Amino acid sequence: MAQALQRAMRDAMAEDPAVHVMGEDVGTLGGVFRVTDGLAKEFGEDRCTDTPLAEAGILGAAVGMAMYGLRPVVEMQFDAFAYPAFEQLVSHVSRMRNRTRGALPMPIVVRVPYGGGIGGVEHHSDSSEAYYMATPGLHVVTPSTVPDAYGLLRAAIASDDPVIFLEPKRLYWSKAEWSPDAPAAVEPIGRAVVRRAGSSATLLTYGPSVPVCLEAAEAARDEGWDLEVVDLRSLVPFDDATVCASVRRTGRAVVVHESAGFGGPGGEIAARVTERCFHHLEAPVLRVAGFDIPYPPPMLERHHLPGVDRVLDAVARLQWEAQS
Amino acid sequence: MTVQELPGATAYPAWKLRTDPAPLLPDPEPYRVLGTEAAAGLDRELLLRLYDALVHGRRFNTQATALTKQGRLAVYPSSTGQEASEVAAALVLEERDWLFPSYRDTLAAVARGLDPVEALTLLRGDWHTGYDPRESRIAPLSTPLATQLPHAVGLAHAARLAGDDVVALAMVGDGGTSEGDFHEALNFAAVWRAPVVFLVQNNGFAISVPLAKQTAAPSLAHKAVGYGMPGRLVDGNDAAAMHQVLSEAVRRARTGGGPTLIEAVTYRMDAHTNADDATRYRADAEVEAWRAHDPVRLLEGELTGRGLLDEERRGAAAEAAEAMAADLRGRMNADPLLDPMDLFAQIYDVPTPQLREQSEQLRAELEAEAGR
Repeated sequence: MAQALQRAMRDAMAEDPAVHVMGEDVGTLGGVFRVTDGLAKEFGEDRCTDTPLAEAGILGAAVGMAMYGLRPVVEMQFDAFAYPAFEQLVSHVSRMRNRTRGALPMPIVVRVPYGGGIGGVEHHSDSSEAYYMATPGLHVVTPSTVPDAYGLLRAAIASDDPVIFLEPKRLYWSKAEWSPDAPAAVEPIGRAVVRRAGSSATLLTYGPSVPVCLEAAEAARDEGWDLEVVDLRSLVPFDDATVCASVRRTGRAVVVHESAGFGGPGGEIAARVTERCFHHLEAPVLRVAGFDIPYPPPMLERHHLPGVDRVLDAVARLQWEAQS
Repeated sequence: MTVQELPGATAYPAWKLRTDPAPLLPDPEPYRVLGTEAAAGLDRELLLRLYDALVHGRRFNTQATALTKQGRLAVYPSSTGQEASEVAAALVLEERDWLFPSYRDTLAAVARGLDPVEALTLLRGDWHTGYDPRESRIAPLSTPLATQLPHAVGLAHAARLAGDDVVALAMVGDGGTSEGDFHEALNFAAVWRAPVVFLVQNNGFAISVPLAKQTAAPSLAHKAVGYGMPGRLVDGNDAAAMHQVLSEAVRRARTGGGPTLIEAVTYRMDAHTNADDATRYRADAEVEAWRAHDPVRLLEGELTGRGLLDEERRGAAAEAAEAMAADLRGRMNADPLLDPMDLFAQIYDVPTPQLREQSEQLRAELEAEAGR
């Protein structure tokens, strides 16, 4: 996946001189995950820039660059390192288009490696998508496959609006039938996709939890469950149509994500599904999420992350009967 | 032990100060021109131009404050007493340059030529920005403190990459210098040698908190040296001194010399905004002392003393300012025409399905209201 993301930036930079990559260690080092590897060499340090270590400064400078017509692609080294830039994000990036009545759009991509499962120490494994979803004016996108990593990042860079591009860290090294030299397609933002068709329940998920849900779906076959897996891909805008079509077909749904359940994306998604599909539902929409705790130390993270078993337990609870 | 003698310093054989700090340090006393011998060399036309702008600016401040009392402005953070630095900041810029004002700098935007009604839109409350920033090259008035400073750096950096000799002038108050964004902006600007001028208007108070509780630095201009850029301390009520120091910093930025930090020492004659009670935190005697150092009277005294300002010229400036105020009053007394559907304007380039649904809901509500 890291290669696909890198090629997306390379192609975008080659096509449009306005595209600038910036962040800490993105130049000579190629990023701590090597996602920007080679870009500084190919396009020069003015277009792939090692900045001082200051997230607010990086994003704030990107705002000014966008005002002058550039299309900055900003890397926030790790999820929790993006928090210092939060004021720039919510006070300026997300609302500049609106407050200037369209005069100053903000075609900025903020790439955030997010999520756990790689044994990172504190502040290296957060899933912060709920914060971004709660900020009007931002798009929130997260790929789960290698082709999507390319296709969605290209669309994010092409977008005239700010995109929070959440890269699932533990999928950086995922392999696929995909070559960096083969033709690759741009994928429009805002469309969910059915990763696995099924008839007895729908797993609604995204990013790092997609492979978990696919594995759960395979395991559930033994117990007679034919699970559909919907990869949301974009949390803002949200693809109600694809989600509702699936849930109406299966009559049951579980939302699966790593970030905390309370106040998390699952609550919003469950509510949307309930409001729109109530008469089709055979059971309440359930959530499988991370616990409502700060991300745990790496030696305990396997107990926190929603795994296959926890998804299967939820699926079993979908055999819901009204209790007195 | 000096820094060079620290253990491990030998691991950095090339280690040395990149920049001699001495030329970066501000003079201990604010730079002044008016009332000194240096004033003799000042350009007459420039002084008169500054005078007109000051009189205009003072009238704008009093008129805007009056509009708050009539309920025509939701709030007005007055820059009365600070007109010299507001006006000078506008006049030193070329048309292609950009101004990054804070919420107190409406006057700088007006002095740059912006229609006063458009400049006051944010404070009236009918929209967040009343003008096209690209057209006017004035960034939206920034309410969060110091957050517009990194924008100025980014824009200046982008302009320089494009080969344009554009300068960004960013304004902030003394309180804003405590914010992290102030630090990050100055550091980025210095590292990138971005063509930016940072203008700190030290007006004594961050709402109620005096400078002594804001910083332990010898002056705010001294902060520059740590970033490797020159710091300049100026009498912010001396329009001629402000113009000189700002012009020099703009010229330096435009010719590739990098950023400058300027501290204008001035005083906020009014409260923080019309909603604030300044008598709770400052003494009348202090206000009176500053009244004697008023920027308009200071320049007027210089011009009169040199025989450059006659009654006719004085009258013409007052008349022009009065005409602006009357026009502003008249136009602000008309209720703005607001379209509630504008709530959904320009949230995204292409509205999300969710926003389309919500805008349809509002449209239906409006139609039902109209049909009632």
